[in-house]
Amino acid sequence: MSVLSRLFARHVKPEFGKPGPRQEGGDLPPHLYGVIAEFGKPETLVHAVHATRKEGYQVIEAYTPYPIEELHDAIGHGPSRVPLLVLIGGIVGGLFGFFLQYWTSVVAYPLNVGGRPYNSWVSFIPITFECTILFAGIAAVLGMLVLNGLPMPYHPVFSVPRFQLASRDRYFLLILARDPRFRAGDTFRFMETLGASLVSDVED
Amino acid sequence: MSANADRPPVIAPGYTPATVTDKISAVVLNKTPRWWYVGFAISFLAAQLLFITIAKLLVLTVGIWGINIPVAWGIDIVNFVWWIGIGHAGTLISAILLLLRQTWRTSINRFAEAMTLFAVAAAAQFVLFHTGRQWLAVYWLFPYPNTMGVWPQFRSPLMWDVFAVSTYATISALFWFVGLIPDLATLRDRSKHWFGKITYGMLAMGWRGSARHWHNYETASLLLAGLATPLVVSVHTVVSFDFAVGIIPGWHATIFPPYFVAGAIYSGFAMVMTLAIPLRKVFGLEDFITMRHLQNMAKIMLATGLIVAYGYGIELFMAWYSGNTFEQYMIHNRILGPYGWIWLLLLLCNVLTPQFLWLKKVRNSVLGLFFISIIVNIGMWLERFVIIVTSLHRDFLPSSWGMYTPTRWDWSFFVGTLGLFFSLMFLFIRFLPVISIFEMRGITTGHDFEEQAGEVKP
Repeated sequence: MSVLSRLFARHVKPEFGKPGPRQEGGDLPPHLYGVIAEFGKPETLVHAVHATRKEGYQVIEAYTPYPIEELHDAIGHGPSRVPLLVLIGGIVGGLFGFFLQYWTSVVAYPLNVGGRPYNSWVSFIPITFECTILFAGIAAVLGMLVLNGLPMPYHPVFSVPRFQLASRDRYFLLILARDPRFRAGDTFRFMETLGASLVSDVED
Repeated sequence: MSANADRPPVIAPGYTPATVTDKISAVVLNKTPRWWYVGFAISFLAAQLLFITIAKLLVLTVGIWGINIPVAWGIDIVNFVWWIGIGHAGTLISAILLLLRQTWRTSINRFAEAMTLFAVAAAAQFVLFHTGRQWLAVYWLFPYPNTMGVWPQFRSPLMWDVFAVSTYATISALFWFVGLIPDLATLRDRSKHWFGKITYGMLAMGWRGSARHWHNYETASLLLAGLATPLVVSVHTVVSFDFAVGIIPGWHATIFPPYFVAGAIYSGFAMVMTLAIPLRKVFGLEDFITMRHLQNMAKIMLATGLIVAYGYGIELFMAWYSGNTFEQYMIHNRILGPYGWIWLLLLLCNVLTPQFLWLKKVRNSVLGLFFISIIVNIGMWLERFVIIVTSLHRDFLPSSWGMYTPTRWDWSFFVGTLGLFFSLMFLFIRFLPVISIFEMRGITTGHDFEEQAGEVKP
């Protein structure tokens, strides 16, 4: 497996792609993306995530108005790949910064100032350092965006009217239709048992 | 924890994620208040002065300024160092205080970061236009393959400065924008007008606040903070190298890097205070930017002010201890020379004034803190004047001594950058949330959550 596909393979899994197998129901929407449940408290959401995973669901996602560490542990997404990208960015930036100076001062445009060495590496340190930080910082931001699949102007959850409260004070749990355990009616009924204030279908 | 009990809280009691969200986003989404138009108009008018000065400068070049030989760096460089110094508080608050887990930073980091960006933008005007022939400065400053086959001199601190400041500007902008993304999503969801929905929606890039989003986001923020921390220290260190690597008495000093960094933090916090005090008043944000924030900033100002005072002391001591005639004359000239009154004023502003912050009564007085912060801002400007102009105007050879008086174009450039800074600041407080909404949500519930999670978990 190449480095790139190892880096970006996992982010594609849970949220993106076509809906998987589902049973036909009575008045189900034609294109079902998943079922979403709304909670009033973060504790209930974390509890619901535990229960959902215990039930065997894997392709799930939770939405909160602010970061909750316990939720990340509960949902089990694994460690972030941002640090690796930042490390690569930093190494590339450091090498670029140093060799930019080395090449221009030694190869492309050597200036003999009183016989001093062309490769005066000590005075190359500040710019090497700045380039390391610059590249690592850009890698952190772009890496975060790419791993999060942003920019993505439209996403099925946006079609849920109450979802705009996910950026205020409501907490959401989504089970995607792609989940192998997903059965349209059953999953809906299961989510109603979790203490959610509202459960609704998400259309693709 | 009894020591903390009598301190004012980081956020007034009774707030929930919902009320915090509504209150901060209302600042952006409500109708524009009248004072905003007045404030923006005045700032924008002052900014016109910048554009006029630049236009004149492009035609007649730097001869319109008061600079001469020996004082080839006048208040253009004074202003540059002053603005860059102010720009240090934003990243310090958002990066170093984030790593130190200081929750009180949350309500001031957003606009301190914005202040950083705009201060760096103001500083950039001086470095860009002090070169005289700006169309040539591109190959002086940036390494790009040009037809002349010429490359910049990377052994010069001025080149280090170019890289340090442009890296700092880039990283600060990224840090600021990353911090904004979840709040832009909040505005997208709250906005009633189609234009606001589309604009904030585009800028939020489809942020949904999923567990995966937050996890990558938090990791990236923490790493950016870790990267920005050495960066913020390096920037003013490199700025101080611009002077310290030179051999001019008054510049050639090893104390310069730490002394410059402390001075930068000092002036940065002073500027945050100058902006925060009216801001919390006009928007009624006293519940979020509480006395606790003002007191903590006052303490940081006092600490860094003492480091700066120590720097002044060491300069005096080293001049005497070095036994070097030129160093000794430099100090003599600094205190008793033609610019001696500026040095005296500097001591009044930067050494004497912050001592009032020892008193709890002063730290509790909003008006007192506001005045002290303005005086410190002035003092830090004077410090750079003393370092740059007083050191340059009389160096080794008495035959090449001279005097420097800024012209009206020097001043108009400075006032112009103030106008630019405040115009950008006014646009920012009108169109973007001045306080990080999602971090405030976390503060209102954070501790509550940890206590209850244990009971709920099966």
